[in-house]
Amino acid sequence: MTTLVREFTKGLWDEIPLFRIVLGLCPALAVTTSLENGLGMGLSATFVLICSNGLISALRNIIPDEVRVACYIVVIAAFVVCVEMVTKAYFFALSESLGIFIPLIVVNCIILGRAEAFARKNGVLASLADGLGMGLGFTLALVIVGTIREFLGAGTLGLIFGDTVFLSRPFGFLQQAPGAFLTLGLLLGAMNLLGKLGKKEA
Amino acid sequence: MESYFALVIGAIFINNIMLAKFLGSCPFLGVSKKMDTAIGMGAAVVFVLTLAGTITWVVDRYVLVPFGLGYIQTLAFILVIATLVQFVELFLRKAIPALYKSLGIFLPLITTNCAVLGTAIINIQEELDLLETILFSLASAIGFGLALVLFAGIRERFEISRIPKPLEGTGIGLVTAGLLAISFFAFKGMI
Repeated sequence: MTTLVREFTKGLWDEIPLFRIVLGLCPALAVTTSLENGLGMGLSATFVLICSNGLISALRNIIPDEVRVACYIVVIAAFVVCVEMVTKAYFFALSESLGIFIPLIVVNCIILGRAEAFARKNGVLASLADGLGMGLGFTLALVIVGTIREFLGAGTLGLIFGDTVFLSRPFGFLQQAPGAFLTLGLLLGAMNLLGKLGKKEA
Repeated sequence: MESYFALVIGAIFINNIMLAKFLGSCPFLGVSKKMDTAIGMGAAVVFVLTLAGTITWVVDRYVLVPFGLGYIQTLAFILVIATLVQFVELFLRKAIPALYKSLGIFLPLITTNCAVLGTAIINIQEELDLLETILFSLASAIGFGLALVLFAGIRERFEISRIPKPLEGTGIGLVTAGLLAISFFAFKGMI
């Protein structure tokens, strides 16, 4: 039980994707113009990650080693197609704003990376826990970036406060492409700084 | 004719696939530490992306659409791309060993380069015809290569500059990419 909890929590801080191991950048940069998009993207990726981790781990003794990457991609792509259909049917607005980035979950390095690094060698339960942790860690990171960019860039936080405008003259620059790079770059720096301070105290 | 020109210039400079659409960020940050590798990756992407864009278009038009299989587009495209990359690798190893040696390690990485799958999907979404698809794929790939090489050029200078400790590595890389993206804004007035 303790190991399961450990597999789950490592994704939230110690090995939080995006900030620690810089993977999954494309969606992180592209869809984080608002908190809502970030959350939607994060949850979609989490779902795919949990399912693919579980299934790949269950099939780990059947999949031949030589063609494993191709098999992983097929498994992942199948779940991504499910997500695509569900978002189109029930969350149409979200699927419009995420657009091309939902099919692109297939090539999100985090998902393939976890299959290769974890699910291939561990049991189903551990892999599910790992997928859940990593997915939520990724979601958390996207939510942070999305919140910063929406709050400072558009002056709103649509998901929580509706139409309330906090800043009358927001930095529209942050909503544009360069703003995404800058926000994420500075956040990485801040994470490193925090990590270092934490180590000194401990 | 003019519309083709606009399509190409737009894909290279204005809607640069990397700096404006963020497709292919992982290799962009991963292989841009040295000029040689950046050029190798850029060339490999130009090669594979143009081929993949064209082939996925043909697959979509003549296989998926007639059989009503549009919903497995994602799955079909990624399979086509993965197979194509394998095939190109085999072909180059036998036919042009020199090129294979210089592109070698970058080829497998391209399967998971979202610029490739992304462009393939955009081609279909924008309802481009075959010639436009080829041009757009080529131009997108050139845009990616251009951004990659420019970025590598800047990044090589990091080794002799003083960078704040916490920003070292990826942090400063992202900030630089941001500045590069701002400079590409200047092209916006062109069309």
